[in-house]
Amino acid sequence: MDEKLPPPTPQEHEDRLEKERVTRRTFLMNVGIALNAIVALAIATPIVAYVLGPVLRRKDYLQWITIGETSDFPQGETRLATFKDPFADPWDGDTGKIPAYVRCSATGEYTVFAINCAHLGCPVRWFAESQLFMCPCHGGVYYADGSRASGPPERGLFTYESKVQGGKIMINAGQMPTLQNRASASPCPSSATPTSPALVKRIEPCPGTDASTIG
Amino acid sequence: MPWYRRVYDWLERRTQLEGPIKEAALHPVPKSTASWWYVFGSASLVLLILQIFTGIMLALVYVPSAAHAWSSLEILNHELPLGWFLRAMHGWGSNFMVAVVLIHMAQVFLFGAYKFPRELTWVLGVFMLLMTLGMAFTGQVLRFDQDAYWGLGIGASIMGRVPFIGGELVHLMLGGPIISGATLTRFFALHVFVIPGALLAFTGLHVWMVLKLGVNEWPMPGRIVRRETYIKEYNELAHNDGIPFVPGAVWKDLVFSAAILFAVACCAAFFGPYGPKGVPDPTIIDTVPKPDFFFLWIYTVLSFLPPELETPFILIIPPIGIAVLIALPFVAGIGEKSWWRRPVAVFSVMFIAICFGVFTQLGTYTPWSPKMSAWSGDVVPVTYLHNRTPLERQGVNVFQEKQCRNCHSLGGVGGQRGPALDTVALRLTEDQMIRQVLLGGGNMPAYGSALSPAETTALVRFLESLHPADQPAAADASRRVVSQAGLPANTPIERSGGQTAVH
Repeated sequence: MDEKLPPPTPQEHEDRLEKERVTRRTFLMNVGIALNAIVALAIATPIVAYVLGPVLRRKDYLQWITIGETSDFPQGETRLATFKDPFADPWDGDTGKIPAYVRCSATGEYTVFAINCAHLGCPVRWFAESQLFMCPCHGGVYYADGSRASGPPERGLFTYESKVQGGKIMINAGQMPTLQNRASASPCPSSATPTSPALVKRIEPCPGTDASTIG
Repeated sequence: MPWYRRVYDWLERRTQLEGPIKEAALHPVPKSTASWWYVFGSASLVLLILQIFTGIMLALVYVPSAAHAWSSLEILNHELPLGWFLRAMHGWGSNFMVAVVLIHMAQVFLFGAYKFPRELTWVLGVFMLLMTLGMAFTGQVLRFDQDAYWGLGIGASIMGRVPFIGGELVHLMLGGPIISGATLTRFFALHVFVIPGALLAFTGLHVWMVLKLGVNEWPMPGRIVRRETYIKEYNELAHNDGIPFVPGAVWKDLVFSAAILFAVACCAAFFGPYGPKGVPDPTIIDTVPKPDFFFLWIYTVLSFLPPELETPFILIIPPIGIAVLIALPFVAGIGEKSWWRRPVAVFSVMFIAICFGVFTQLGTYTPWSPKMSAWSGDVVPVTYLHNRTPLERQGVNVFQEKQCRNCHSLGGVGGQRGPALDTVALRLTEDQMIRQVLLGGGNMPAYGSALSPAETTALVRFLESLHPADQPAAADASRRVVSQAGLPANTPIERSGGQTAVH
């Protein structure tokens, strides 16, 4: 049976055209959305890069700077010294000044400790009488050579890379030492070979242990 | 028609806000929700508005520069009329806001209000709590003093523990390699723009959903939440046994909010603003950094964790905690709402509240920290000097001078890191004391290299004298045997290293 569809009525024709028009408008709207997405992406990229600036700008924030004259640090003493943050801005104010401990264990041998406790970064205090660094926050304690004595820190004090040049002590500094940056890469001089305190040898502790015998 | 009526009509014809506002105000709520237990959410909102208002007032004067922030706060405190009061309102407002938000959360949890269909309201609330805490922390940083400086150091040290990207995260957080002006400006942006913006948007949606989904009805034991029937049951409750929100329930909200605002103002007027404490100069190291009240419990937890557990704990527990809070309405979205039938919920809240209270209380006096000035500042009780030999008194000097007092108390005064030594002679014999002093152990540093033999002898003689008169000091039984039996004349006896001689 040969049956033809009747031709569209004018009303149907109008509807079909209307549908088409809507489709075209929808298409144009989608184009608009896509354009905005592209522009948003183009704008977002520099914004994200800008936000990540402090991370992307320099691999390592380290620079050799002078922390003091060798004559300022007599042998056998540990002294607090201050240096200027090499990356400081004019509006940093007092925060541009950074403290550190310089220890002269033997003539010409200097160890520069970061002020920050290896636990959570609080400023440790040096007590020359008991030869200990104590932290006021959570009670971390370190020996004179920076090795861990007690409390929550899991390692010794952070040290700066240092050298003596023309009577001046130079350190490679600039960033806050944390467990994840280069400060942690250079171990404390003592952490590799834990030295027992000098007098102890004469007392003869339990061999091979530094544990207390007291429960 | 009076002129104000004409103005109102003119505005209404253009804004057409009357309808939606009336609808929101007069929507029926179950009668049981017009309760004093339901006032904490609105109080949080009022406190948020107070914080925004006082914050804008402070921003008129505050200078977000590391070199000037501290001085600008001093000017607010001392030079601008009532600057101190605005600072105090903002500071106390923040304390009240954290407290009220926490109470609101506990109430919502205990009343089962997070269950179907209000899951998303709860999830938004979790994020709003995190933002509130974020506001508290960043606000503490803007009070750019010593505590803020070292608090940032603690934050950076925690960031630095993240594996692989920790170093980058630290630089991102600090805006550079070290705490500086760039750190302050980014925390300023967070505190003033980013977090408040997000918090306001979330608050708007949160309140919108409360209006749309209705205030949670008072939970009754046995009235079970089922996805199929709950909405119908709730609508019946709201319409048959309901009252219009305004004024039926709102008057309690209004009274409580007024009381809270009054309390904030009273605290501000009586106790004044927080700090700023010392200038943020990192070279001034005679400081004992402490976080604000609502972070003291974290401070405590961080001092009690064993070193090897610390990093995993810090990095894993908070995400788990947040995940649990977010997952809660999806895991327990139906069923009983009443606390009478939810013992685990009740005990969880009690457990968390007790932990929070105990840790916070410990954080107020930090018994785990050496007391830095005890050695030079705390007096030895006079009774401990009576009837002592010169050597024992010399031992007192050693005890103070070598900072033993920083960790050990005498007469209840001194550090609390180590045990009090008032009766130490009852617990340790002379030999044990010598060993403990020189070798340390049990969380005590070894003093072997810091004490001469003479000093050790004097110190231990003094410690040996620390026992009640009616109780003898602990003694090594073998010593007595040896001393009674006597030794052959040719026995070599070494006298060194503070070791007392064998007689």
